Amino acid sequence: MSSAAVVVTSEEDLARDRIRSDRPGSRGAHSRGLRANISRWVLYLLLFLFAAWYLAPIYILLVTSLKGSSEITLDKMWALPTSFDLGSFAAAWKALSPNFINSLLLAIPAAVISSILGSVNGYVLAKWKFRGSELVFTLILFGMFIPYQAILIPLTQVMSDIGLYGSLQGLILVHVIYGIPITTLIFRNYYAAIPTELLEAAKVDGAGFFRIYRSILLPLSASGFVVVLIWQFNSVWNDFLFAVTLIPNQVNWPVTVALNNLSGSFVATWNVQMAGALIAATPTLLIFIILGRYFIRGLLAGSLKG
Amino acid sequence: MRLTRDRVISLLVIAPSILAVAVFVYGLIIWTGYISTVKWDTLRPDYTPVGLGNYASIFANNRFLIDIRNTVVFTICFIAASLTIGLLLANMIDRRIRGEGIFRSIIVFPMAVSFIVTGVVWKWILSPGQDAAHPQGINQLFGLDPTRNRWLTDAHVVYIGPDSPVYQVLHSIGLGFLTSPNIGVPIAMLSIVLAAVWQMSGFVMILYLAGLRAIPEDLKEAARVDGASEFRIFRHVVFPLLTPITLSAMIILGHISLKIYDLTVAMSMSGPGFATDTPALFMWQTTFRDGLFGRGAAVAIIMLALVAIVVVPYLIWNRRQEVEA
Repeated sequence: MSSAAVVVTSEEDLARDRIRSDRPGSRGAHSRGLRANISRWVLYLLLFLFAAWYLAPIYILLVTSLKGSSEITLDKMWALPTSFDLGSFAAAWKALSPNFINSLLLAIPAAVISSILGSVNGYVLAKWKFRGSELVFTLILFGMFIPYQAILIPLTQVMSDIGLYGSLQGLILVHVIYGIPITTLIFRNYYAAIPTELLEAAKVDGAGFFRIYRSILLPLSASGFVVVLIWQFNSVWNDFLFAVTLIPNQVNWPVTVALNNLSGSFVATWNVQMAGALIAATPTLLIFIILGRYFIRGLLAGSLKG
Repeated sequence: MRLTRDRVISLLVIAPSILAVAVFVYGLIIWTGYISTVKWDTLRPDYTPVGLGNYASIFANNRFLIDIRNTVVFTICFIAASLTIGLLLANMIDRRIRGEGIFRSIIVFPMAVSFIVTGVVWKWILSPGQDAAHPQGINQLFGLDPTRNRWLTDAHVVYIGPDSPVYQVLHSIGLGFLTSPNIGVPIAMLSIVLAAVWQMSGFVMILYLAGLRAIPEDLKEAARVDGASEFRIFRHVVFPLLTPITLSAMIILGHISLKIYDLTVAMSMSGPGFATDTPALFMWQTTFRDGLFGRGAAVAIIMLALVAIVVVPYLIWNRRQEVEA
């Protein structure tokens, strides 16, 4: 079984099971009785406890950021605000908006370029295998596990040498290069699931490399692109290490670096820091809420390789 | 010859990516390795060879030894907690519960947030404000005594003390080194683990859930017909089938914990007495703050070696599995 099949199957299994559970006469229906009822209660109790743990940071973010500066005392930090005050968001946005825009200017092009590269790489490694292509693929994959500290020192040298140190373009380049392993992996596994006979037939009809890509692969690639775009947008948006090392100038900082700086400062009050954290998290959270299943598919694709 | 022309095109298309990875991954790793053997200890590059001098000096530095201890503690606690919680949640979600989609989203959403945001919020929960000696936050929520529960600002390291019988025994059998504070558990690190598990356990849950649902129902049904209890079915039928997922999750979590950086930067930096210091932070400060590029490169190479020990066998195993399949 090809690896892409594993990924796709798991995604379908997740959905299929939900449907099955709604059907009457499934296992849930005939497991009545007191013991079953008690274990059901314990199950929900545990789930709610875990949910409370996962949601606690969101709660504290919201209540703190909605408080006015007079209300943010530590002894009342878990209490709801007595009145809604959006002043903290205005202040946080004033402090972070240039960096927020930097992050957009960084993450969108990086995600788009990465996906295109990943797509053609995946096409070659899945459908135009050459001698040693499996070894090349494994060697590329290693690149997504390395601690970036192991390349950071010479990387700063290279970036200064080519005049891109400190610039957003330079950071885009870096994210595109170090994104090659994961984007190639996802697309390669994705394309491996497309029957090769389809391509052979097109070849017989005289279609060439690009023609096959355009007329067969690309039309089937939409969800693959969504998965990879989300994955790359997320990792670039959330990156801190490359940005803090390669961008010394505050003007060009992405929002993660600016937020870390804001939260460490004594100037911004707590409600402003929390509002800033919420602002910095909003784009990726929105994507998760709207396109959650593609996000989850990316998580699965990035790990289940075998 | 149409086919050969396409073959050439296909190689030309992938060549830039191969070249980029060759130069920026492998080339720069080799270059870092070289820097780790030269003097370079100011802002200006200085390529005077010093052999393994940089490695000797970082291993002579107690901060680095503490970092190794912290990494081991973090890795073990982080992996154990994430796997346990992930597996538990996946099994609960798999029990045909109401509102499955909502619970799943609540468990996974932290994956969409950056370590910086996670760190900023959890720091605020565990140790808000400037009064490090009496942190409010979570203590206030549960009515705990802030002078005794310091969380992130707790400098204590739990280790085997000199007055204990275990200490005597270990020293008498020549294992006295195990009683060093450098083998202990720094309490503040557990707060970082809490935040990291909050962020990553949903990922493990999703992996296990996908695995659970790929197991054919007939297999479990057959065991049920034989009269096996649900626990025995899980122990002897389900869990063995999840082994590849457990392994993948361990590798992925393990390599994350070996290079953890953003989270500790946002939460506590080095922490009290380097209780939350990590090799990644040590590398960054040594290199880019103190200008000791040679030593920073040596730390980086050791980090790479640790990750490679974990990841390379996994990659080879993984590729072999796919070729066999």
